[in-house]
Amino acid sequence: MYALKWKEKVCATCPSADCLLKCQYMSFAGHDEAHGEMMKVVRGEDSRVLRECATCYACEEYCKRGNHPFYLISERREEKGMFTAPRPITNQWINMTQMQGKYLVGAVQDKALSCCFIPDLGMLGQGEIFKDVAPSAAFGAEFMCPAVHTHFARMSVIKERLPIVIENFVKLGVKEVICLHDECYGTFTAIADAYGIDVPFKPVYYIDFLLSRMNEMKDRITPLGIKAAYQRPCSNRLIPDKYPLVREILDLIGVELLERVYQGENCLCCGEILRSVSGYKLADDVQKRNIDDMLESGAEYCVFNCPACQSSLSEKVTKKGLKPIHIIDLCKMAIGEKEREVK
Amino acid sequence: MTYVHNIEHQEIVHRCFRCGYCKFPEDYVDFNCPSYKAFGWDTYSPGGRMWLIRAWLNDEIKTSPHFAEILYSCVACDNCKNQCVFPKFRDFLPDIFRETKAELVNEGRIPPAVRDYFKAVATNGNPYKLPQSERGKWAEGTGLQKFSNQEYLFYVGCVGSYDEVGQKMARSVGSLLVKAGVSLGIMGSEETCDGNEVKILGEMGLFTQLANDNIKKFKAKGVKKIITLDPHALNVFKKDYPELGGSFKVFHYTEILDRLIKEKKIALANYPVKVTYHDPCYLGRHNQIYGPPREILKAIPGVELVEMRRNSLNAFCCGGGGGNFFTDILGTGEDSAGRVRVREALETGANIIAVACPSCAKMLIDAVKMEELDGKLNVLGIVEIIERAQKK
Amino acid sequence: MSDILKSLIDIVGEKGVSNMPEELWFYSRDPGVLTPHLPDYVVAPKTTEEVQKIVLLANREKIPIVPMGNGMSLTGLVIPLKGGIVMDMKRMNKILEVNQMARYAVVEGGTSQGVLKAYLQDHHPQLRHSIPDAPPTTTIAANMALHGQGRLTQQYGFNSEMVTGLEVVLPTGEICLIGSPSLGPYWFSRGPTMPDLSALFLGWLGTTGIITKIGLRLYPNKKIREVELFVTDRVNMIPDILYKLTHLEMLEDINVWFQPKPLMFQGNFHITIFFTGDMEEEIAFKRRMIWDTLQEYMDSKDGGFMSVQYMKKMLLEMPSRGIADFADVPKGGGFEYSGPITIIEHFPLYAAKVVELAKKYDVLYASAARLISGGHCMMFSISFAFNRNDPAMMTRVKHALDEAMAFALEMGGIPWKPNFMEQKMTMAKMDPQALKLLQMIKNNLDPQGIMNPGNWEVN
Repeated sequence: MYALKWKEKVCATCPSADCLLKCQYMSFAGHDEAHGEMMKVVRGEDSRVLRECATCYACEEYCKRGNHPFYLISERREEKGMFTAPRPITNQWINMTQMQGKYLVGAVQDKALSCCFIPDLGMLGQGEIFKDVAPSAAFGAEFMCPAVHTHFARMSVIKERLPIVIENFVKLGVKEVICLHDECYGTFTAIADAYGIDVPFKPVYYIDFLLSRMNEMKDRITPLGIKAAYQRPCSNRLIPDKYPLVREILDLIGVELLERVYQGENCLCCGEILRSVSGYKLADDVQKRNIDDMLESGAEYCVFNCPACQSSLSEKVTKKGLKPIHIIDLCKMAIGEKEREVK
Repeated sequence: MTYVHNIEHQEIVHRCFRCGYCKFPEDYVDFNCPSYKAFGWDTYSPGGRMWLIRAWLNDEIKTSPHFAEILYSCVACDNCKNQCVFPKFRDFLPDIFRETKAELVNEGRIPPAVRDYFKAVATNGNPYKLPQSERGKWAEGTGLQKFSNQEYLFYVGCVGSYDEVGQKMARSVGSLLVKAGVSLGIMGSEETCDGNEVKILGEMGLFTQLANDNIKKFKAKGVKKIITLDPHALNVFKKDYPELGGSFKVFHYTEILDRLIKEKKIALANYPVKVTYHDPCYLGRHNQIYGPPREILKAIPGVELVEMRRNSLNAFCCGGGGGNFFTDILGTGEDSAGRVRVREALETGANIIAVACPSCAKMLIDAVKMEELDGKLNVLGIVEIIERAQKK
Repeated sequence: MSDILKSLIDIVGEKGVSNMPEELWFYSRDPGVLTPHLPDYVVAPKTTEEVQKIVLLANREKIPIVPMGNGMSLTGLVIPLKGGIVMDMKRMNKILEVNQMARYAVVEGGTSQGVLKAYLQDHHPQLRHSIPDAPPTTTIAANMALHGQGRLTQQYGFNSEMVTGLEVVLPTGEICLIGSPSLGPYWFSRGPTMPDLSALFLGWLGTTGIITKIGLRLYPNKKIREVELFVTDRVNMIPDILYKLTHLEMLEDINVWFQPKPLMFQGNFHITIFFTGDMEEEIAFKRRMIWDTLQEYMDSKDGGFMSVQYMKKMLLEMPSRGIADFADVPKGGGFEYSGPITIIEHFPLYAAKVVELAKKYDVLYASAARLISGGHCMMFSISFAFNRNDPAMMTRVKHALDEAMAFALEMGGIPWKPNFMEQKMTMAKMDPQALKLLQMIKNNLDPQGIMNPGNWEVN
């Protein structure tokens, strides 16, 4: 079994305790209290953190010492038999993502385009931009990054399934896997690394792929002239070095990425998991603040990087007059492949 | 000797639940299966046919004239395929009906009207039993030339070539395309039946022969693109000819006209009328072409386009498909398809029913007469409407 | 040609009667598991007068009559057990009247659910009726006559409680108006405040007459319909959850369902909660009330709401097209269910029974329960799927359903649309005086025993 590559000493000697001090859902009086609570978690004792953590992934980014506070919290929760979302919901997710031999694989050679287990990604990964890799798509629970189970404090499911998923890709004979989702890329890099799980292929982040393709098609780009607010997904917190690529791609296609309060390290998650884990009051509050902030910034569009965020917020942002759209669809609009008005 | 029945899709026939969703359109406003509407027995609905076919395959019921009538009363409108709630086999419903009819053809137990249809097409090359030499006569005065390496072959079909109503449509469409500068030519007296109805009615041998002859002829003449008058031809050229080696780029004339109008190559004059458009099954449901005919009508200044209650995917068939145009199995009673449809058109308040198919035109013109709506409702081809506008 | 056929042609015309093998074969069976029986004739009348003439003929000639809608009860109630005439009511399918202010509609005996739904959407969008999840081709009269349920049953009771008047042809041929229509032109009451004669025709499975017109209550149709899905793996908590939800008095429908496949449903019980409103604030308020009332289950982690985003469209469809899907799970086009009525307290026991029976008979199960009248009782459906090409499987399903019925009766439940064998089981258990009363009524209404014979038969 794989073990979390984490050092007690690193937490013990941490001068900042930023993991908890910066937390958007729990408040602490100061370094002493925050550090104290974290050490309780470290030592496997009871702590309010184990009950109150909303699973937003942010502390993975806040910890600059790479000591995986969120995975640790999840491990401790599981050790104690705790549930974040109710037990039947947790089990439903485990069952829903179970490998059942029902997967789709295209003509894969040295590259695969991973659509995880999300049909929306299959739709997004088509057209001119993906024409060379779309025929090599892989879709199914067999290729799904199991990261979602961190929300449910079931790291054991990840440790069990991730090596199998990796093996399934290896069996296809690939050297590269283009991940259409931050969560997949984050799993093959950050999570795999945190658990010492070897990944024998090169995970490629889809925005890197987009940038290279859009640069190839530069003469076909008509700048969109759009003002947009960006919804940063939780899983981007696992790969914060990729965050600046969003601005890069949006600049390339003439989308003005507006400054707002809830951006960067201060971004708010889409709220859907919060609803299961912490209740509707918190989820509604987070969503309202997030959307109000988007409106305040003067955005016309709300740009998504994650189908789950999109599913959770599209209807709500539309009701407030914003147009929801995925980054990939914006790129398609920029090369004239997609109609401009999003219904 | 007992004839043992076999059809290609027999292993899924038992999966029909006879729930009846197939009888309805998407929103259940009225029965949308013409044979069920006309005959009123569950046996004449798609679910009924499926259950009877299962009984027939299991030898629980025998081939009979009544069984054959039930099978041949289907107008092949594809409503059932679109409305069936079982995603794993609904696509095969029309195939199962066709395969069963093919077995009846093999057995030699088909309705006399169907047999006569096959005989006429096999002997004369058309169901009207009219001479091949007269096939191109309709084109006199239109300016259409024989096909000789123009960009498009204008394929007219049997109804367009020989039926009075069809010929009118062929002439108006052909003339307009010529006037608009489209490079097209016709086969004229060399044109033969496209075979769409022959296939639906189960005469696979005759169909293959017709198709192969056409493919050979088209290829020999260097045909690459085809404009059809009749959506039935569009359907068979697009869907069935490729696997026999005949891959052509096929368009319905409304698709070409739509583009020409957008390019301002056709003069349109004001014509203040209220029009409702009847979707031909083979243009609409079978080939998902709903937009172009409507775009053309909307482009004519003064035309108010109103939709019938059942339109586009849910359009109610005129009753001309599945060979019924020739075999008349549905009859002309009050609940026959054409009459139901014109009553539906009347409800929109329109005075014109616009049609894009010569079979629909004839079926609905006859229905208007039977409903005694002459003077209240006019059935006009889309191009005829353009012509009338220009005359005014 | 026989005299009877000639007489029938005289009544309904040539197009209205058939004794062809194809029609006889089709109308001898339904999509359930029971044995078919061939009728002698199938007729499809268009008017009440034609129905009357056929009934008079049947009395003269002592031929059984079996009236039918679309035959989707699945418990063989349209199978002519003793041959005779099957009467397909579906050509009597007009919508006769909608009284918007009094919120009722009057339709013919063969009018289908779908047609009324479309008509109301087109002409009276503020009104709706209690539509069942059966295919839209099923008839309103048959559903109500069988005490069927629909989307509004949780609020307003069995669909039969929504009857507002009847026109029936008695087994002896008289045409009878029942309820307020028997006194005037309005169809607002099926009986009360007079002696309620409508009860003579509801639940009798076609043995006491033929419904040629039926009035039904219509209800306000709100602009917004929403749904929440509560999930728990603790079956014993369900009665209390249902009790709390019904206490709110603000829900449209509550369904409880569980099934072993697809895998994501395994091990859990799902409660679909429907609610409506005209304003967003109303919806938001109701949603909060629903979550608040079940908060204790979320706090204890025993239950929670799942995201319905991907399932929402399917859940909100009326009728639910997905239900028919279950028929094709064993790639066989069939399922049958027993839907006894019981109290919500018994949910855990019935749930255990379904699983036990599925295991015992090696069949695929699904179960869905619907609350009735705010939880005074519920319809608990025990459903088994079968492959129509596998007669052995069909037999096992039949036996499993028989055992399910026996269990329900043992538990003090009552049968819903019982097949003729389940009727016998019910009558064997019934209070003997009640049974005597049932028999007396039936014998007096149908002295010749021609109406759907074999059903509710005491000897």
